[in-house]
Amino acid sequence: MNARLLVRALRDPASVGDCDWSGLISAARAEQIIGSLAFRMEGQPVPARIEAIFEAARRDAAYSRTQALWEAEMARRALAPLGVPVVLMKGTAFHAADYDARIGRSVGDLDIMVPRASLDAVEAALLDAGWERMKEAEGYDDVYYRRWMHELPPLIHRTRDRMIDVHHTILPLTARPTPDAEALLADSVALENGLRILAPADIIVHAAAHLFADGDLAGGLRNLWDIDRLLREFAAADPDFWGKLRARARLHQLDHDVARALRLARRLYATPLEKRGSRSFSLTDRLFEARILARNGWGQERRKLLRFAFYVRSHWLRMPPLMLARHLWTKATRKPARS
Amino acid sequence: MRHRLDIQIGPVAFRIGSAWKAPLDALEHLYASYPAPEDGLADFTVRLEPERPWRRFIRPSVAIKGDYVLADAAPVSLAHGLLAAEMGMNLQMALGQKRYLLLHAATVEKDGRALIMTGESGAGKSTLAALLGERGWRLMGDEFALLDMASGRLLPFPRAVSLKNKAIAVMEAEVAANRFGPRLDGTPKGAIRHMRPNADAIARMGEGATPALILFPRFGEAEAVRGVGAAEVFMRLTQASTNYVALGREGFDALNRLIAANPALAIDYPDTDSAVGMVEDFWRARAA
Amino acid sequence: MAGPLYIADNEGAVLTVALDGLSVLFHQPSGMTHIVAPPAPEILAALQAGPADAPELLRRLRALYDFEGDEAEDALHARLDELEAAGLVRRA
Repeated sequence: MNARLLVRALRDPASVGDCDWSGLISAARAEQIIGSLAFRMEGQPVPARIEAIFEAARRDAAYSRTQALWEAEMARRALAPLGVPVVLMKGTAFHAADYDARIGRSVGDLDIMVPRASLDAVEAALLDAGWERMKEAEGYDDVYYRRWMHELPPLIHRTRDRMIDVHHTILPLTARPTPDAEALLADSVALENGLRILAPADIIVHAAAHLFADGDLAGGLRNLWDIDRLLREFAAADPDFWGKLRARARLHQLDHDVARALRLARRLYATPLEKRGSRSFSLTDRLFEARILARNGWGQERRKLLRFAFYVRSHWLRMPPLMLARHLWTKATRKPARS
Repeated sequence: MRHRLDIQIGPVAFRIGSAWKAPLDALEHLYASYPAPEDGLADFTVRLEPERPWRRFIRPSVAIKGDYVLADAAPVSLAHGLLAAEMGMNLQMALGQKRYLLLHAATVEKDGRALIMTGESGAGKSTLAALLGERGWRLMGDEFALLDMASGRLLPFPRAVSLKNKAIAVMEAEVAANRFGPRLDGTPKGAIRHMRPNADAIARMGEGATPALILFPRFGEAEAVRGVGAAEVFMRLTQASTNYVALGREGFDALNRLIAANPALAIDYPDTDSAVGMVEDFWRARAA
Repeated sequence: MAGPLYIADNEGAVLTVALDGLSVLFHQPSGMTHIVAPPAPEILAALQAGPADAPELLRRLRALYDFEGDEAEDALHARLDELEAAGLVRRA
């Protein structure tokens, strides 16, 4: 069994009749999407025990939203005196902007983006307001991280125990596509409280980048669900949306990834795309799809070789080969730093 | 998963999968006469898996997985597979239970009213609850108390009692041998032996109770008792809850109602018999 | 030099239960629970009249409660820092 039942339940809740309910629940929990599933399935005839699970999941999702927005608010309070743009990203942004994608969406860390030039000031302000560096961030890895990554090493709040990731762009500097960070900031949209979110087209570009160019596709099923929900809402609100998306994808050098994200979203979730030609579902697309669906009814990850291939790919993408070799060499030969 | 066992404990159904047969055999024996979930469905899934594929056979090592996992949890040797299954169920409750407010407490019931005993690990509440369960009380649970927030009632969660070190002998003296699991030596907490609650506790696992008294027992001191102020009770109960934080306003209201309605006492006791005596005294006083 | 202006949420945002000398607060915007001792609840109450800097807050507290002593000002700053860290009070 793979995650197709889960995908079908999200896409078309009414079509889920009698099924492997425990399998569905375990797969949904493993894919961090039980909240969204619970809202999608609301009102459908399900066994009493499952309805109780969904009810608890819906309530828990509401709590997750409260926490996410609160973290954003506390970051706002800490950073407001700096007067720099603070752009919310990922799940927190969906909640802050009340996008459909927020429904049932659980949020772990707070992701924000700021101008690269203000990174030091931002980090200092956050440290001042109760966030702390994590213990592992010492020595070589920290230097590497700050030089090459698209974000600061994560900080964790000392009393609330929640992490914040401060980005200055959406892909590591070592990755081949070079998104235009300044454009992302310049076209960001202000919310009522002064925090910002990316423009709709940039949100999709970021989601696609995060999905394909920055990771091994773990959590891909949920990321594509985000993309499906976002696309439907953005396309319905703006007849020019598809054109804008194409333009931004090209600007950020992420056309291929965005196109693939669209094809996969349509494949899994029947996302309505614009009429004009998208390529048909390729062999590579099938591999991506298989990787995303590699979860069984016990919640276990399947397709080890396939997952490993994507894992290798993710490192390959983040780092040119020579750098990767040097990085691995240094990692292997350094003395472990203990603080 | 190669092997599977489904168990209903109180309102919670577990689906437990295992790469090895032995842990589930031990679990099935320990939970003999527990019902299987009527609907064949599960609230939580636990998985006992090899840490690496070859560790299924070579120095077999059980990684505790399931719907909810602890990222850095250490695997357990196959000899302690039963422990892994119990830990797995604990983990699902601690991390995943969002329907009921969970208190890390032992609960026993008499005449429809419940006594909640909570405090640090090693304070002896498990043993005390197990003993009371053999002395005219019904054991509702030794690890987790389930508070239904809307009604304020406690629901039973009569897991096998986890007895440690000296407590093992105490209960071996009281209870028939066939109600025990294997003795597991060399665990991080010393020796552990699991004990099945009695037939009454199992038969009435669907029957809740209204809380009446909160106790903070402390083992190893001369007999003493003091009242515990409401603010201290609140703080200690939230510390004893794994899911209070996630339950928001409902949890806040439910906990305040529990504290407002029930007296709380901290008791020191030198041995279990004296503790049982103290409990009976306070219970009579509460009922009066 | 003027100090910062402090603001507290509207009292509807906080559920308060008094428990033998302390207060248990449920702060709805954050979903967090806090156990606080006087004068924290009094500070939050005093801020309901509107934003105030520390000297103004001290005046309000002295008018409403028995807020005596030379250390009152230091104590007030310490409590304000704690309330700010907890998210119950913020700066304008």
